[in-house]
Amino acid sequence: MNASDRLRAPLKQARGLGSAKSGTQHFIIQRVTAVALLFLSLYVCGLLVCLAGADHATVRATVAHPCHAVLLAAFVIAAFWHAQLGLQVVIEDYVHAAGAAMLAQMLVRFVCVLAALAGLFAIIRIAAGA
Amino acid sequence: MTQSVRPLSPHLQVYRWQIQMVTSIVHRATGIALAAGSLLIVAGLLALAAGPESWSCFTAHAGAWYGLAFLVAWTWALAFHLLNGVRHLLQDAGFGFAVDRFVRNGWLVVVGSVVLTIIVWVALAARGVFA
Repeated sequence: MNASDRLRAPLKQARGLGSAKSGTQHFIIQRVTAVALLFLSLYVCGLLVCLAGADHATVRATVAHPCHAVLLAAFVIAAFWHAQLGLQVVIEDYVHAAGAAMLAQMLVRFVCVLAALAGLFAIIRIAAGA
Repeated sequence: MTQSVRPLSPHLQVYRWQIQMVTSIVHRATGIALAAGSLLIVAGLLALAAGPESWSCFTAHAGAWYGLAFLVAWTWALAFHLLNGVRHLLQDAGFGFAVDRFVRNGWLVVVGSVVLTIIVWVALAARGVFA
């Protein structure tokens, strides 16, 4: 053991998740939702093209089909999750005043969660025929 | 930490505009636009659930000139963010960092997004939606 090793404290290595209290979770979830949305957004685009010009009953019956209802629900969840993560980074990069940044982050989270819940509520209501 | 009024990076005004920065900026801009657009998809789902009257109100707005203009812009924003997102995923995996590849892939995304947008709207026209 040389001198520099003896003088080195074990705390040079981060324990657990380190002082930042979080790791690569944000990065990974952003990529996982991106891959999900790669397929789901193409599906939604195709669905919209197929349903364009159709009447209310047809569109409602299509969305009420279990396959479409589940895929649309997955799209709504992935889209607003991905949106929140992306907007979070934009705010972190460009809003430099601490108070304004915190307010913006909360607002983005609230809007994304509410919109996702509203979308899911509508899909369930349509699928249940209520 | 003291807040200072020093100029902050990036100093956009001193750079020559190039495809690398344009795709990066547009990726963020289209991401923000798509987040806002997703709210309108939810509005559409809520209108569909609420009944024929609210649905016809929604489709009337969607079919008006401003609605169609928004939908064309939405199609392009989605196409760009989708293609550039795939490019980002490949870059995360370590591909495409040589300068010539980076520039070529940037232009591929720009041209591809326009082509995808045209395909979607030609498909809509072929279905006779505008007839």
